[in-house]
Amino acid sequence: MNFNNQKPLIHLENISKSFDGQLIIDELDLQIRENEFVTLLGPSGCGKTTLLRIIGGFETPDTGKVIFDNADITHLPPNKRPLNTVFQKYALFSHMNVGENIAFGLKIKNKPADYIAEKIAYALKLVNLDGFEKRKPDTLSGGQQQRIAIARAIVNEPKVLLLDEPLGALDLKLRQDMQYELIRLKNELGITFIYVTHDQEEALTMSDTIVVMNQGYIQQIGTPEGIYNEPENAFVADFIGESNIIDAIMIEDKLVEILGSRFACVDTGFGKRKPVDVVIRPEDVELTSKEAGTLEGVISHLIFKGVHYEMEVTAGGFEWLVHSTGMFPVGAKVGIKIDPFNIHIMHKPESEDEEAVSIEALEEQS
Amino acid sequence: MANLLRKKENNTFIIGSPYFIWVVIFIVVPLIMIFYYGLIDRNGNFTLENIAAIAQPVHLKALRLALWLGVIATVICLIIAYPLAYILSQTSINRYGFVVFLFILPMWMNFLLRTLAWQTLLEKTGVINNILVFLRLPPLNIINTPAAIVLGMVYNFLPFMVLPIYNSLLKIDPNIINAARDLGANSVKVLQKIIFPLSLPGVISGITMVFIPALTTFVISNLLGGSKILLIGNVIEEEFTHAGNWHLGSGLSIVLMLFIIVNMIISSIFDKTGEGNFL
Ligand SMILES: Nc1ncnc2c1ncn2[C@@H]1O[C@H](COP(=O)(O)OP(=O)(O)OP(=O)(O)O)[C@@H](O)[C@H]1O
Ligand SMILES: [Mg+2]
Repeated sequence: MNFNNQKPLIHLENISKSFDGQLIIDELDLQIRENEFVTLLGPSGCGKTTLLRIIGGFETPDTGKVIFDNADITHLPPNKRPLNTVFQKYALFSHMNVGENIAFGLKIKNKPADYIAEKIAYALKLVNLDGFEKRKPDTLSGGQQQRIAIARAIVNEPKVLLLDEPLGALDLKLRQDMQYELIRLKNELGITFIYVTHDQEEALTMSDTIVVMNQGYIQQIGTPEGIYNEPENAFVADFIGESNIIDAIMIEDKLVEILGSRFACVDTGFGKRKPVDVVIRPEDVELTSKEAGTLEGVISHLIFKGVHYEMEVTAGGFEWLVHSTGMFPVGAKVGIKIDPFNIHIMHKPESEDEEAVSIEALEEQS
Repeated sequence: MANLLRKKENNTFIIGSPYFIWVVIFIVVPLIMIFYYGLIDRNGNFTLENIAAIAQPVHLKALRLALWLGVIATVICLIIAYPLAYILSQTSINRYGFVVFLFILPMWMNFLLRTLAWQTLLEKTGVINNILVFLRLPPLNIINTPAAIVLGMVYNFLPFMVLPIYNSLLKIDPNIINAARDLGANSVKVLQKIIFPLSLPGVISGITMVFIPALTTFVISNLLGGSKILLIGNVIEEEFTHAGNWHLGSGLSIVLMLFIIVNMIISSIFDKTGEGNFL
């Protein structure tokens, strides 16, 4: 989906927030368009929940504005905002049954009883839990509670649904099922999702747009493909998927020296003899016979992972991570070859500060 | 495996035994004695007369008054304690320590002394009336009235209402409240539909913890009610001390125990349904 020509539904302008003198979100700027599935992705403690709470109205930013549909809602209390939240730990009302939980928002809005009953039935069907009206939340499994929390939010027909690691507590199988269910729900209801996760695979599978955060800064905003294939910096490359991140020297346009061997690449404009970081995904490293490769190495580890073999290759003093459907036994001497298109060159951060690329810098680049 | 289990049971028994002994000496033995004395007459024959004695007008009046003052004191405690507990639970300053300190502090002082202090304060020529007279206001004639007894009950038992409510309010996950606000509830709705129902277990245990000591007290009514106002506690005390009729005292105690048991059963039923379908 392409959202670039759409007007933003939510605009976070220059948001900063600190707790106890510690800066948690630093001058953050973000636009979210109608119907977009935006995922905030980042390591634990990077400020994802805090940002979501600012959008939901549970936290006021120290500086900056939250614009919703062209209106400034920075100081609007949560009960007056046209969005609903699915909380990180469900937050179901334990003293009410499932039906009453789902009806809560509608009863507050004084909807007629038959409308409410209809909505409960519809929502329960949507989350595949028909007939659970009379159950108490504490008699439900984690996944079922999760789905009730989602049902409770969506019956209010919010324009935006905020989801804070809604699948965090579920096992892999259930998580995958729920991922499909959420995408189906979103398409059926046509609402904007702002989704928080620290699971990069989940982010890649579900989102239209991924916002990679670290320490309160946005590191990169892009489509899943863009973020995976063209990480802006070493943090993003390392955080999204597994990768080999290696110090290298850009000899000239389209030629890079990695661990003493020269590789052809496709990037230009880095200047001559400039230190850079290169990212090479494990599946992009080709293992060949010793003579056919650009770099020579020895297999040091071999693990069968089902779909592929995972190998570690010591070459040029670096432990390369390699995924391949073919395998070489431990101790075998191999050659390493990389397609020029699969070598991704990144600027080296000049200082600690620059490592956390702020959004302005990103916007200037694009 | 079986050995391991047995060993564990042994351990629990050893660790728990001081408590067990304490329970036997101070709870089980007195209970047995009360039932023993209550169910026999002076000649050692079985009788229900000591229990039936509750029907005598004097005793009935004392019981009714005790129930009535107990209810009033409990209601007043609840009205004061709930907002207080709510405000305390909202303040983040020094969360636990401060509150516990506030309520434990007066408890370090002897219960008798605190009640005696009220006697001095309330007396016809006591501190409060001196101040009132000095301000040219009419003096209060509260000492030796039921009002003074209720005041003493409220003063002494208020912490027992505040602490359980405060605890149950603290236990409410802030995210539950956030979720309610997120779904459109304003502060009044949040209080009415989320906070109050979820704090109900604390309210119930607070009611029990105030009502039972209020129902059975004799010290407060002795000191603040003069000798004219008799509560059932005073009657029983009288029988055990001055009248020396342990049989009648025990019989009336059994009746009072029935009221306490009924109170506890009602509160446990209410608690269960209360946690359930309150909406
Ligand atoms: N109310 C608060 N008071 C003080 N510090 C807070 C508060 N809320 C959050 N923080 C701090 O802000 C930082 C970011 O927290 P946040 O909950 O936003 O992280 P997160 O990205 O959601 O992490 P996770 O993935 O673990 O949920 C943390 O260091 C946290 O300790
Ligand atoms: Mg979080």
